Amino acid sequence: MGAELKPFHVTEEPINGALYMDYVTHPEAGAVTLFAGTVREWTNGKRTMYLKYEAYVPMAEKKLAQIGDEITEKWPGSRVAIVHRIGELAISDIAVIIAVSSPHRRAAYEANEYAIEQIKKVVPIWKKEIWEDGEEWIGDQAYKPEGGKA
Amino acid sequence: MIYLHYFAGLKEAAGKAEEELSWEVGTAADILQWAKTSYPEFDFSAVQIAVNEEYVLEDEPVQPGDHVAFIPPVSGG
Repeated sequence: MGAELKPFHVTEEPINGALYMDYVTHPEAGAVTLFAGTVREWTNGKRTMYLKYEAYVPMAEKKLAQIGDEITEKWPGSRVAIVHRIGELAISDIAVIIAVSSPHRRAAYEANEYAIEQIKKVVPIWKKEIWEDGEEWIGDQAYKPEGGKA
Repeated sequence: MIYLHYFAGLKEAAGKAEEELSWEVGTAADILQWAKTSYPEFDFSAVQIAVNEEYVLEDEPVQPGDHVAFIPPVSGG
């Protein structure tokens, strides 16, 4: 049962959420929350063809593990696994899975949401939206290629 | 020598993911200034710096052998 699974992982492979759910499930847990972030087709009226994710992998995995440590400190008895995919992702592909188990459900929900919020703040992973008529790194809108779009 | 790492829009602006820079002594701020001068088309205003895979403040000393990464605003998830 996921003996070789890395609990804080950045990977180019498709993600199987069930493995992460199994990883955090144990007899003292009474709740498991499994969050899947998936690739959305439409954002602010723009149609995404696919996404490209890039990461500073060693630092990203370190930061994911740090988020895991913060969760077990804030919500004792929780167990956490987080995996983020990089590379090219198609619509509806899973980009991120966060699995949290806790003795009771409230902690599992709260800790899971905490994890995704921290990922969006501190984990060095970047997303590029590729549209029919262009592309842009998200979170990096200040950068305009020469003569670039507004 | 220090090792610089670029990502996302900065990687595209620099045309490379990594480069080495000959280096004796200085701070993260000095390297940031070097990068701003080297890649003036990139807006560094929201870029954070990581030294050896940890975020640092600009007065952090940087020593030969260190890995310095420029971290544009992240957008994972």
